[in-house]
Amino acid sequence: MFVYADNAATTRIDPDVVKAMMPAFGELYGNPSTIYSKGREAKEAVNKAREQVAKAINCRPAEVYFTSCGTESDNWAIRGIVKHYAAKKGKHIITTNIEHHAVFECLKALEKEGFEVTYLPVNEEGFVTAQQVKEAIRPDTVLITVMTANNEIGSIQPIEEIAKTAKENGIFMHTDAVQAVGHIPVDVQKMGVDLLSLSGHKFHAPKGVGALYVRRGVLPDNLLNGGGQERGRRPGTENIAGILGLGAAIEKATSSLERDMEYVSALRDRLIDGILKNIPQCKINTPSHHRLPGTVNVSVKHIEGESMLLLLDMNGICATSGSACASGDLDPSHVLLAIGLPHEIAHGSVRFSFCAENTVEEIDYILDVFPKIAQRLREMSPLWEEAMKNDI
Amino acid sequence: MIYSAKVMDHFTNPRNVGEILGADGVGEVGNPKCGDIMKIYLKVDHDIITDVKFKTFGCGAAVATSSMATELIKGKSIKEALQMTNKAVIEALDGLPPVKIHCSVLAEEAVQAAISDYLIKKGENPADYGIKEPHCEGSCSCCDHCGE
Repeated sequence: MFVYADNAATTRIDPDVVKAMMPAFGELYGNPSTIYSKGREAKEAVNKAREQVAKAINCRPAEVYFTSCGTESDNWAIRGIVKHYAAKKGKHIITTNIEHHAVFECLKALEKEGFEVTYLPVNEEGFVTAQQVKEAIRPDTVLITVMTANNEIGSIQPIEEIAKTAKENGIFMHTDAVQAVGHIPVDVQKMGVDLLSLSGHKFHAPKGVGALYVRRGVLPDNLLNGGGQERGRRPGTENIAGILGLGAAIEKATSSLERDMEYVSALRDRLIDGILKNIPQCKINTPSHHRLPGTVNVSVKHIEGESMLLLLDMNGICATSGSACASGDLDPSHVLLAIGLPHEIAHGSVRFSFCAENTVEEIDYILDVFPKIAQRLREMSPLWEEAMKNDI
Repeated sequence: MIYSAKVMDHFTNPRNVGEILGADGVGEVGNPKCGDIMKIYLKVDHDIITDVKFKTFGCGAAVATSSMATELIKGKSIKEALQMTNKAVIEALDGLPPVKIHCSVLAEEAVQAAISDYLIKKGENPADYGIKEPHCEGSCSCCDHCGE
């Protein structure tokens, strides 16, 4: 059996999305910036996709800017805001210590350029509070950037409350909603954010296309210099195929959102229950509430993540790990360390992430294979041997 | 992470897994914080390693290098086993990804630690055999030497 259980990494392109993109590989080849019919046709197609995105996140089409990916959206939002408003407001930024690298590394780079960043620590379930944000605000705070949902453990942050705090203090609010859009309701009016990043390939659109929502009147500096595309704010000839795919995918995901959330949550819960029942000495790193429907992060004590992934892969199961060894980094996942896991338990983590394409049979197959893998690696582990001795 | 077929073979069918009760030498190296620990058990008869077993907590490369190291020293004399370098382990495995080289270093150190233990039990000085204290690569940020 083959089980794709890494939907937080990327998703399969939906066949309907492929269909929506096909014109861009055929007759829809005009440059949207041109004046003749061939170009206007392409421009109209792009604008239709823009409307689809706007409708999905509840904003005006003119507030949607297409980009090349979630990372670009994050970088543009953060860099663009602080560069434009630093002189007026100051050079202090507030964020959390569980942000995606796209935000984290961007802020690290800004620190080198003289900006100051407060990294709010999350609690052991992976949450920050609006109160923490409030206490971190300084007169020179220019931007608050907090992710909507975490990519590794699936915790969903109280964005609405945080954005309210930001607004009360006249500070811009950005959220990286890359893991949230298409999986939970995302409404920029309700959330009250000024900027929101999203990425197509997380909800069955192709890789290489994302978008940034920028509230009307908010003016981030451009990241790229060039032509007048995207109302002069994001130059570069449009990725028409990707944009059409993004539009179709976000429309489809939103139309079945409630049903999918219920279905995927049931898969998640079935897996968590089964793991706790069948593998002793496990820790579920995904919180028990305010979490994504499809994310399960678990640490299997006394064994290491990469070896689990290799054996899962040999059984046809695609998953990922926060272990240092799996990523080629030297340290385990910063998110798992942030929720207080000791290094050795963070090294033993595996993340399964699901979407509406997954089935109950697949969950049961994982539950058949995974405990055997854990057992096999534990028999090889000197830490397990020690733990067993101490147990007796 | 692309592993050679040999690495995958030694990871999925590791040789000499287990422990030896009443081993003549036991060596454990590594640090759970860094994500790998290797423990090697030796049975030695007239300075010949007649049996060797290992237990490893770690990634695919950590298991494979432990397995290969035990294969390389089985049946060898203590002096021959001390000649086994991490390079020999890498070559025998048809190479390792660069970020996994430290696993082969750990395997060499685990063998040396087990032999050290054997020599000490015998009343000999490991330094006379040229065994140095395990050295730190200084490449991680998590172990007692490098981090904190």
